[in-house]
Amino acid sequence: MNLEKVIFGFFIILAFTLNFGFFLGEIDNPAHHNVYELFAAIVVNVVATALKLGDRTQTGALLLASSLVAVLQLIAAAVVWGYASHVHAGGMDAMFMASIVSLAGGAMVANLISVLLLIADTVALRR
Amino acid sequence: MPATINKVLFLFLRRMRAPLLALTAAYSISVLGLVLIPGVDDQGEPWRMDFFHAFYFVTYMATTIGFGEIPHAFTEAQRMWTVFAVYLSVVAWLYAIGKILALIQDPAFRLAVSQHAFDRTIRKLQRSFFIVCGYGDTGALVVRSLLGRNGFAVVIDQNPDRINELTLEDYALQIPGLCADASVASRLLDAGLLNPHCRGVVALTSDDAVNLRIAIAAKLLNPDRPVICRAESHDTARNMASFGTDQIINPFDIFGQRLALALHSPAHHLLHEWLGNIPGSPLPMPIDPPCGRWILCGFGRFGKAVHAGLLQEGVDVTLVEADPEGTDCPPDCIEGRGTEADTLREAGIETASGIVAGTGRDDYNLSIVMTARELNPELFMVGRQNRESSSLLFAAADLPLVMRHDRVAPRRTRGFAGAAPRFGWKEIFFCRKVLKPRR
Repeated sequence: MNLEKVIFGFFIILAFTLNFGFFLGEIDNPAHHNVYELFAAIVVNVVATALKLGDRTQTGALLLASSLVAVLQLIAAAVVWGYASHVHAGGMDAMFMASIVSLAGGAMVANLISVLLLIADTVALRR
Repeated sequence: MPATINKVLFLFLRRMRAPLLALTAAYSISVLGLVLIPGVDDQGEPWRMDFFHAFYFVTYMATTIGFGEIPHAFTEAQRMWTVFAVYLSVVAWLYAIGKILALIQDPAFRLAVSQHAFDRTIRKLQRSFFIVCGYGDTGALVVRSLLGRNGFAVVIDQNPDRINELTLEDYALQIPGLCADASVASRLLDAGLLNPHCRGVVALTSDDAVNLRIAIAAKLLNPDRPVICRAESHDTARNMASFGTDQIINPFDIFGQRLALALHSPAHHLLHEWLGNIPGSPLPMPIDPPCGRWILCGFGRFGKAVHAGLLQEGVDVTLVEADPEGTDCPPDCIEGRGTEADTLREAGIETASGIVAGTGRDDYNLSIVMTARELNPELFMVGRQNRESSSLLFAAADLPLVMRHDRVAPRRTRGFAGAAPRFGWKEIFFCRKVLKPRR
């Protein structure tokens, strides 16, 4: 067992699970989506991206690419949230919430790809 | 090549991993703390900072800009947390910036970046060039004379100091220099051996074996391109000639022949000097070497070549050599360095008409010349200069003929490199007429 591999796997899976937790619930209901969960998802995704830096293999490149996509989507979601609650005159409404959650949903797909790549890589290594 | 840019990028990213993690941690901890700690607004009502304002505050606090406590004045608990967050984030930034600076200073990283820059330059090169291996005194002269003739050069040298010298030199154009071992074939490819603009390879390192390897590699990888090599031993020269090296320069032999030519027909020698001169250097004055008995100090590679040249002209030569057995001297030679008056007197300096100071050390050669001048001011003196740094002293010694083996090679190289195809006037006229309308 390799501690580095454990940490690596932990952050990739945590990025996916947090993202999934935020995504769960009615798409346009602000009560179903917690801002702390989005914050945690962003932080863990950034950490996961940093951990993936500097891997020269093909899988490493794909992992990094999917992570970058996820971070970008989540940051877009955070920006929309900030705009909706502070800049927009009407405050947070169902339309903004829906776009935040759909952006997070896109990030979740990228995170799912990350997890699948990690599993595929491990399985290929076993053989 | 994409391989080097990848190397640079991955090296950079891998080293940035730890600083990025540190920054992410510092920012997220600071932001989270600010969001969680309860505060009060300007009416004294309980108020919690949201993520937007917390991130805004941390952004200017971490970079020590400090716009103040926004949007409402902080409570004591918030201030306590801010003190902690300031130290945390400022230290994280210092660490990250230190890492980035260290990475930029890192020799491996700089090497990768400079190699990438070199590869780019070679790929984008739009003018015909020669690859010059070895940037010593000779290499520098070759580059200068190539530039003087509207040519271009790419330099490879193993010594980083020499490459630095190259970048500091005030050439009209920036000459790309690669710090690498030219005898490794892939380095020659890096320097553009297969580039369609490459017109040839010039191997001028001080090591015959390296020159030989360069010649072999160049001839195998790109047989169409001429290869010009320096060889100081006849063995290497024969070896190079056997696989078709286009021009082999033995500086000692050439000087021996030149001295013979100067004795035999001074005007021919002068014409040769003028035509083969390095662009921009003053034209040499005619010399008139005497045909009496000559004294030759030093019977090494240079001495042997000069000896052969003098004998060819039927001149009587007295040899002076410190190690007659080691250098295979004829039996009638005089043992000694030639730097002492005794040895020179024994060699009959008073009755001699010329002397060649041809040892491998500049201080000995200058000493021989000065001693000889005192003993016989009428002597015709030839000095061998080994190092560029002794130029000032040889100029002060005011010798009629100074032999520099680093000067011989550039002339030969230039003579070869600059040689136009052998067209007559009619052909040149015709070519001009045909080519002009196209331009």
